[in-house]
Amino acid sequence: MAEASAGVTITTGEVRARSRREDFRRAFLGNRLAVFGAVVLAGFILMAIFAPLLAPYDPLEQDITNKFAPPSASHLFGQDEIGRDVLSRVIYGARISLTAGLVAVAISTVIGTLVGVVAGFFGGWVDAVLMRIMDVILAFPSILLAIVIVTILGPSLTNAMLALGIVFVPQLARVVRSVVISIRERDYIEAERAIGAGNIQIIFSGVLPNSLAPLIVQSTLTLATAILDVAALSFLGLGAQPPSPEWGAMLTDAFKSGYSVFINGQHAILFPGIAIALSVLAVNFIGDGLRDALDPRRRR
Amino acid sequence: MGVSILVFFMVRAIPGDPAQLLLGQNATQEQVQQLRTKLGLDKNPITQYGLFLKDAATGDLGESIVTGRTVTGELAARLPATVELTLFAMLIAVVVGVPVGVVAAVKQYSWLDKITSVLALTGISMPIFWLAMILIVIFAVNLQLFPFPGRLGSDTSISAITGLVLVDSLLTLNFAGFWDGFLHLVLPAIALGTIPMAVVTRMTRSSMLEVMNEDYVRTARAKGVVPWRVIFKHALRNAMLPTVTVIGLQVGLLMGGAVITETIFAWPGVGQIAYESINRRDYAMIQGVVLYGALLFMLVNLLVDVLYAVLDPRVRY
Repeated sequence: MAEASAGVTITTGEVRARSRREDFRRAFLGNRLAVFGAVVLAGFILMAIFAPLLAPYDPLEQDITNKFAPPSASHLFGQDEIGRDVLSRVIYGARISLTAGLVAVAISTVIGTLVGVVAGFFGGWVDAVLMRIMDVILAFPSILLAIVIVTILGPSLTNAMLALGIVFVPQLARVVRSVVISIRERDYIEAERAIGAGNIQIIFSGVLPNSLAPLIVQSTLTLATAILDVAALSFLGLGAQPPSPEWGAMLTDAFKSGYSVFINGQHAILFPGIAIALSVLAVNFIGDGLRDALDPRRRR
Repeated sequence: MGVSILVFFMVRAIPGDPAQLLLGQNATQEQVQQLRTKLGLDKNPITQYGLFLKDAATGDLGESIVTGRTVTGELAARLPATVELTLFAMLIAVVVGVPVGVVAAVKQYSWLDKITSVLALTGISMPIFWLAMILIVIFAVNLQLFPFPGRLGSDTSISAITGLVLVDSLLTLNFAGFWDGFLHLVLPAIALGTIPMAVVTRMTRSSMLEVMNEDYVRTARAKGVVPWRVIFKHALRNAMLPTVTVIGLQVGLLMGGAVITETIFAWPGVGQIAYESINRRDYAMIQGVVLYGALLFMLVNLLVDVLYAVLDPRVRY
């Protein structure tokens, strides 16, 4: 009898877990914009991976005689200020721009989670000190702070990723901390403590899994900002350096060649920008979709 | 104070010797040393900071080592251009963003709402420097509707009173100058205002949706108040609180945006000098710009707190 009822309980639990996942899957796939975003982003990722196969030319190969040559059958996106193939540079650029955004977000997610968990879980003066440090970072407009950090470290793509990684930490730390505080006193955490689990074990088995959903949403939305800001820093000359085919740097190079770019080189401006806007939009759609799918109140 | 220490030492940590940079690669060691002494770069950092603080308290932020003008003077001369640009950008953001957000919320799930949502998300997904260049290509070069670059055409002159082109031209009844200044302002203001516009739209929509479900809105409806009055008097006023907060936070974004927009449009403001001073390692200037930026950011957010009290009578300090 006791065995039978235990069996029933387990089955119900499994069904519930599966149906929650099913709910999430349905809500996300039912959101056409989110699916569109996922498809576009997948396209960009494939483009980045298979860049050498897809790009018709070497992205660094110059052809000065064809400066700002307009789009043609042999150069679909035209040529840039020193005659490089814009299409090939946009394709290779996916590697640099997307990786840079991802690395920046990875840095801030790791540090942010650490700070958030420690602050929320231990509370008291640890929490106070960590959160005041976060407040100091937030006191500066984020892009200004990133500019100052990169200027100190020296302009390079690596330092731009690092600077943005630091600048984004507070947002992620705050999200994680608020989740941790809300679940710290729950019964199942008490239960784990009662059976003798240490702090580290509780954090990994009880606290982190529950922070995952809001963390993924926040990281996705931060990724959108990160791709934009990497491009912006490159545009200011503080990120990817020429002749790197990073999307933001491509726009800088074109702009720095003089105002003639606005008349003769319009295609050299158009395509790298579309690549940035489209990839950021895709990530934003995914982030919004994830948030709505994970939050039952937002579901329709 | 804390900000000043952070800014001072962060700026000092920038690698590269400004004296060397200023004189170029061909300068002799002697010349470099002379300039270092003149600029006070040979003293230890603590002494340098002490001198900086003493001067800063009296409004003296030092001299730009590139232009030779005082930092305060340079900032003061350039501030009106930036103020005019950012105010106009913010005006566009609010005048368009709030009504569109309200309509999207009132007509939730309609095609209008869906289109606005996608457009707003597109707005925050566009790199501002790309948007700026595309605006120039379409409206200044291809259609020739707006002038580019700068703040005024070369044949227009306006006597400076406040430094704000639109205000000065009106004060001196120079209507041709006003029109020229206005036309020059449109494109950079749109470029700078698009992201805040999108953010304001999204925020207004979501907080309107929240407020529309509140009991007092239902009560107002039930007692027969006309719909537009319910929306504007009962709902919007309460929905504005989060929107105002967001507008305050956008000021930080606008500063970064101003650096980029002013550089592209050759707009003679603070953002443009920020870009130039970073590229030339002009310590004093970078310091002044960042200090001023952080200060302005704090002031605006203080203003937002005050606005709270005006909008929400429950908030009293």
